[in-house]
Amino acid sequence: MKKTLAIVFLVFLFAVQFMNSYAIQRFPKPEFESGYVQPETLLPNPRAEMLAILDIAVLIISLSVVSWLVIKKRNRNAVFWMSVFALAYFGFYREGCVCSIGSIQNVTLAIFDTSYLIPLSAIIFFMAPLVYTAFFGRTFCAAVCPFGAIQDLVAFSPQKLGSRLNAVLGVIPYIYLGLAVLYAATGTDFIICRYDPFVGIWRLDASFGMFIFGGILLVVGIFIARPYCRFLCPYGVLLNWTSRFSRKHITITPAECIQCRLCENSCPYDAIEMPVTTKNPEDKGTMARKLIFITILIPILMLAGGWVGSRLHEPLASVNAKVRLAKQILNPVTEKNQPETFEIEAFKSAGKQQSQAFAEASVVLHKFYIGSWILGGFIGLVFGGLIAGRMMTKHRTDYTPNKGTCLSCVRCVDYCPVKLPK
Amino acid sequence: MQNRRDFLNMLCRGSILTGLAATTGILVYRSVKGGNCELGSSCTNCGKSDSCDLPEASLFRQTVWQLDPSKCIQCGRCAENCVMSPSAVKVTHVYAMCGYCDLCGGYLKPDTKNISTAAENQLCPTAAIKRKFVEDPFYQYTIDEPLCIGCAKCVKGCGAFGNGSLQLQVRHDRCVNCNECAIARDCPADAFSRVPANKPYLLQGIEAKPEERI
Repeated sequence: MKKTLAIVFLVFLFAVQFMNSYAIQRFPKPEFESGYVQPETLLPNPRAEMLAILDIAVLIISLSVVSWLVIKKRNRNAVFWMSVFALAYFGFYREGCVCSIGSIQNVTLAIFDTSYLIPLSAIIFFMAPLVYTAFFGRTFCAAVCPFGAIQDLVAFSPQKLGSRLNAVLGVIPYIYLGLAVLYAATGTDFIICRYDPFVGIWRLDASFGMFIFGGILLVVGIFIARPYCRFLCPYGVLLNWTSRFSRKHITITPAECIQCRLCENSCPYDAIEMPVTTKNPEDKGTMARKLIFITILIPILMLAGGWVGSRLHEPLASVNAKVRLAKQILNPVTEKNQPETFEIEAFKSAGKQQSQAFAEASVVLHKFYIGSWILGGFIGLVFGGLIAGRMMTKHRTDYTPNKGTCLSCVRCVDYCPVKLPK
Repeated sequence: MQNRRDFLNMLCRGSILTGLAATTGILVYRSVKGGNCELGSSCTNCGKSDSCDLPEASLFRQTVWQLDPSKCIQCGRCAENCVMSPSAVKVTHVYAMCGYCDLCGGYLKPDTKNISTAAENQLCPTAAIKRKFVEDPFYQYTIDEPLCIGCAKCVKGCGAFGNGSLQLQVRHDRCVNCNECAIARDCPADAFSRVPANKPYLLQGIEAKPEERI
């Protein structure tokens, strides 16, 4: 009796094992008599790892050369040819991956998810441009970034936008950066890569929608120079703030500004600050009142933003695959003849418990709740900063590039009549 | 040091650079010391990478995207979602697992009346599988790779009726190794993962020894 039971149990075990092993070898491989030789399964190798080191080397050398051309040589032509090189190498040859803009997400994911091993090239592509910017201004934007390079080539007839429009549109990159960090930190998606308008041009292959988006940006870029860099690029936010404290920065004039106004319209990016001559400098009372207003306003805006953000955490989280799956389990498609979604099918075939899927989804939802509070607060802070910046009047006597928004393209230098004595 | 403004600038610059250095340091430290080795799709999942001798554990390994055929449910999204067209995911034939059947579930439509190479009998929408007579009653099936769009119809057929020797794989001669794989984020079965570039394929049954096959 015991023996029979044991045999039945063993047979059952084998049966279970066989069912698990997914149809492998139902029909044994035949023994050929005709001397047939089985062909080998061809498995092409991926790109050699050494070439990633080459990318890093090209990045560092380009950054050094462009910084030298911008700060020391002040040569627009040379910078232009470097940007053509960047377009060819990082754009068309490397097909846009890995890029500094996207590496924000790799770094964020690596910080929040310890099991994600970030490749060395992603760390360097994130860090190196920031370090160079801290010393020389945004030379990366000038002629190393392929995004900037392709838009710079089409900027034929740049128009002035006015400082108000520039300031308002300039808020978009902050929101984009916040969203990208939120989605990368929760391991949901890399939205910067997903909505990359130019990658389709590098690869000459993209969805219709992304081609239209990239095409529109290039057409708009004829009249509004570098629309992606100024009003979308999330990496530009980091570069902007680093550049404000840079050690050196391109200057329009090599010596003293003579107020000739020749450079006034030379900047395609509206990054030249005009002299501000206020006749009556504001008295201390108004200044103090403004300061108090701002110190009260910013926390209120941050709290309001955080509250609004936290209300929106569920719609924000609905992009996440785990949340989507849990929703589909909760609300299955009720219509008859409707096949179940692939997500449900995969979930069933994986043999997981429903409770496990719900638990995973609720962990993600909680992360989104905290994340959207922070995101909302951050957006509130950005708007507060925008208002504060508009309220403050700055004293300026000369024409100077705005260290934050100047892209170090060196166009303005040629307009300056002041030359250093040789 | 000229004035207060320069001093503040220097202070801010210093803190930015310190922050960058600290972040780099933490990421490098984690890669060397702590953290779980997620790359061990073929490894024993010991959990720590600092005492690991396997090549998977080496510092800053380049990774590539690959899909695990054991998780794949053949939904067909690989054919549509890849940034490349046709997709970088194609069917790979593991000849070592193939039964060389005459009635091939991967080659012929399930309701086929007669077994032939006629187009109306073929499961593959682009006729990318070539059938060649070997010896009675065995046929060899070869993938004409440029034609394959990665729709996984043959993979489904072979898994349902045969040995499962047709498996979807990311072909690394076509894959551009996007930072975030467009198929991975829409894969319903979560079958895509980053794998070490020196072991870029996750095929089933190709490493099995001959005596284990029967």
